[in-house]
Amino acid sequence: MPSVEILSRIQFAFTVAFHYIYPPLSIGLGLCLVIMEGIYLKTGLPVYRDITRFWIKIFALIFGIGVATGIVMEFEFGTNWATYSHYVGDIFGSALAAEGIFAFALESGFLGVLLFGWNRVSKGVHFFSTIMVALGSIFSALWIVIANSWQQTPAGFRIEGHDLGARAVVTDFWEMVFNPSSVDRFSHVIIGSFLAGSFLVMSVGAWYILKGRYIKHAQAMFKVGLSVAVVAALMQLFTGHRSAEYVSKYQPAKLAAMEGHYDSLAVADMYLIGWVDNKNEKTTGIKIPGGLSFLTHGSFSAPVQGLHATPPADRPGAVNFVFQTYHFMVAIGITLIGLTLLAVFLLWKKQLFNHRWLMWIFVLAVLLPQVANQLGWYAAEVGRQPWVVYGLLRTSDALSKKVTADQVLFSLILFTFVYVLLFALFLFLLNRKISHGPDVTEDEATDSEHFSKRNIANIPS
Amino acid sequence: METILGLDLPTWWFLVIGGLITGYGVLDGFDLGAGALHLFFNKEESRRLVLNAIGPVWDGNEVWLVIAGGALFAGFPLVYGVLFSTFYIPFMLFLVSLIFRAISIEFRSKEPWAWWRKMWDISYCVSSIFITFLLGLVLGNLIHGLPVNKAHEFTGNLLTFFNPYAILIAFTTLSLFMLHGAIYLVMKTENRLYAKLTVLVNNCSKFFILCFILTSMATLIYVPHMTQAFKHHPELFILPLIAVLTLLNIKRNIDSRKYFTAFLFSCIIMSCLLILFAIGLYPNIIISSTDPANSISIYAAASSNKSLKIMLLIAAIGTPLVISYTVFVFWTFRGKVKLNEMSY
Repeated sequence: MPSVEILSRIQFAFTVAFHYIYPPLSIGLGLCLVIMEGIYLKTGLPVYRDITRFWIKIFALIFGIGVATGIVMEFEFGTNWATYSHYVGDIFGSALAAEGIFAFALESGFLGVLLFGWNRVSKGVHFFSTIMVALGSIFSALWIVIANSWQQTPAGFRIEGHDLGARAVVTDFWEMVFNPSSVDRFSHVIIGSFLAGSFLVMSVGAWYILKGRYIKHAQAMFKVGLSVAVVAALMQLFTGHRSAEYVSKYQPAKLAAMEGHYDSLAVADMYLIGWVDNKNEKTTGIKIPGGLSFLTHGSFSAPVQGLHATPPADRPGAVNFVFQTYHFMVAIGITLIGLTLLAVFLLWKKQLFNHRWLMWIFVLAVLLPQVANQLGWYAAEVGRQPWVVYGLLRTSDALSKKVTADQVLFSLILFTFVYVLLFALFLFLLNRKISHGPDVTEDEATDSEHFSKRNIANIPS
Repeated sequence: METILGLDLPTWWFLVIGGLITGYGVLDGFDLGAGALHLFFNKEESRRLVLNAIGPVWDGNEVWLVIAGGALFAGFPLVYGVLFSTFYIPFMLFLVSLIFRAISIEFRSKEPWAWWRKMWDISYCVSSIFITFLLGLVLGNLIHGLPVNKAHEFTGNLLTFFNPYAILIAFTTLSLFMLHGAIYLVMKTENRLYAKLTVLVNNCSKFFILCFILTSMATLIYVPHMTQAFKHHPELFILPLIAVLTLLNIKRNIDSRKYFTAFLFSCIIMSCLLILFAIGLYPNIIISSTDPANSISIYAAASSNKSLKIMLLIAAIGTPLVISYTVFVFWTFRGKVKLNEMSY
């Protein structure tokens, strides 16, 4: 049987990766909802009310699964990683407590008003609740990313005790919160989330356009999604670069793994695609010679610290995995920029919705930011190995001492079963919601001048 | 040791966690109780009504669990690790139940098919009972004490948790949540469903009174360390007295159909019981049943003073905020529950 360490790592990776399908969608959709409802309040156009209410229902579905799968993570620290919990509790704990009290309570409290309050509260109060839910989900991400960033670049602490009884104790709260990577990683994560949510909105809009249903609604939601996506895609280039900069400074072994760079005395290349043979320590592929040297030191001939500078026991083993996940993420990021810029250009030419092939691409493109978000985290977390707290606590030391492999295997099987079921149900219900479409309100149905015939024919009875 | 108003910081944080757990019990208690009673309602409309009675608030209520968990992690990380890794299997089942409960509430109304709704009704009811039962089981074991050795390692096995005392506490928790939930629902409903619930409330109160008496006796006889504190501080006897008076008041208010007052009293009794539990435990969090010297006290488990001070500040700023929007949401959805197109 695999060891407790491997099983616990698989379980944590699996549960967090599954969970991470949902929060980025909630965060991105939250922003889109604020925009949609804001336009409705400003203009009074019924079409924006309809799409707001349509997306609120999908938001509820996504948010519900996000909450249910998120609680698992919190308690897994205690169940599977008791030594880690003891080690970081003084620091991680306050971030988690702040998340609960400032963020999670905010979003969950106002969610009730968002979902059920449409006829109960005034338009203004409802809009306020939408903003609070959106803000709450962003704050949530903020505190969680702060806690994770502290694990990557610990700061504002000192170590008390020794061996497995050691723990990190906070010495400066703000230094801990604004540790060297917090800001860059948070902005990178949040913008990735905006992309995930906005591409879902565009995907559904594009689907309706292709099917000739709810044309007006579909175009309205597509434009909202596109306005978020184009800004986010461009900003992601910037935050991505900033994140790479912090990695080069604070986690050189991770950066070296990302580019498959071994020799510290050599100029570092930047690969477009490639393959790392970790056994023979050789990287092959299409590259920009000296590219990484230029990015980190501003010179094509400057040497960059390679994997050799770190003892084998202290550096990530899965170099090719880190290399590939990182490169695919970057490739997707570039694709998203091209795609959104093209769409904006065609929108400006008033031809966007006539290109069926492009609409098809947007239907499928919902997967791109999702995949990129996942891959980015894989690169970040696998690249951090063998450390759970960088340079301080090894993953293999962080386990619960009394938990056995049988127990973890049991829970892993349980979660696999439950999550597969959950995912199938999610896709099924999402599909049903989308095929049902927005409820077109009556005062608009009478407003037939602005309403295409095709659209009326498709109103579900 | 540093103190605020005469109490040291770990004691303050112990109180904060106690307050959060009480808040969780008072709030999520009624929606878990409502879930446990769900299958008593037969008609589709009744089921929708009772589900929508908790609809806008259950998620916010559950947040108190997340915050309490975070507070334990933050304040007493040693206990967090020991507690959760000790109760590994029960907590995993607890988490899966939480997932099933959340999706049952969320998914049920999404399709009109009878089998679909029935499936989620059962899932909702069973998971609500499971969650309550497991919470009670953990509580019962904490009161009873756990076989913990010098290195703070648990030396029992899965069966250790299923001792008669812990099972009794689990049933008591279930009965209290069911009573709490039934009173909440009777406040939120009208007409025939209301009439049905008035009967249900009566039965729940009988169930709870029975469990309450059994638990009191069992605790006095089998768990002497829980009553230790009363010997040194006889004035604490006011608490069990309040609990008994409150219980009588619940019965009296139910009989005279003053359900709002009854609900307040069921909140009070929940708080009273948890305060009694906290007094019995203090200054320990995990009591070792093998050797009292192996118990984990709040002082051994606490985070640094600096961290505790930061978190007390966070709690002091955050709590009024959380309470204010909790009140706002409950106020928005006050009165009898009505179904509309946005309902579950």
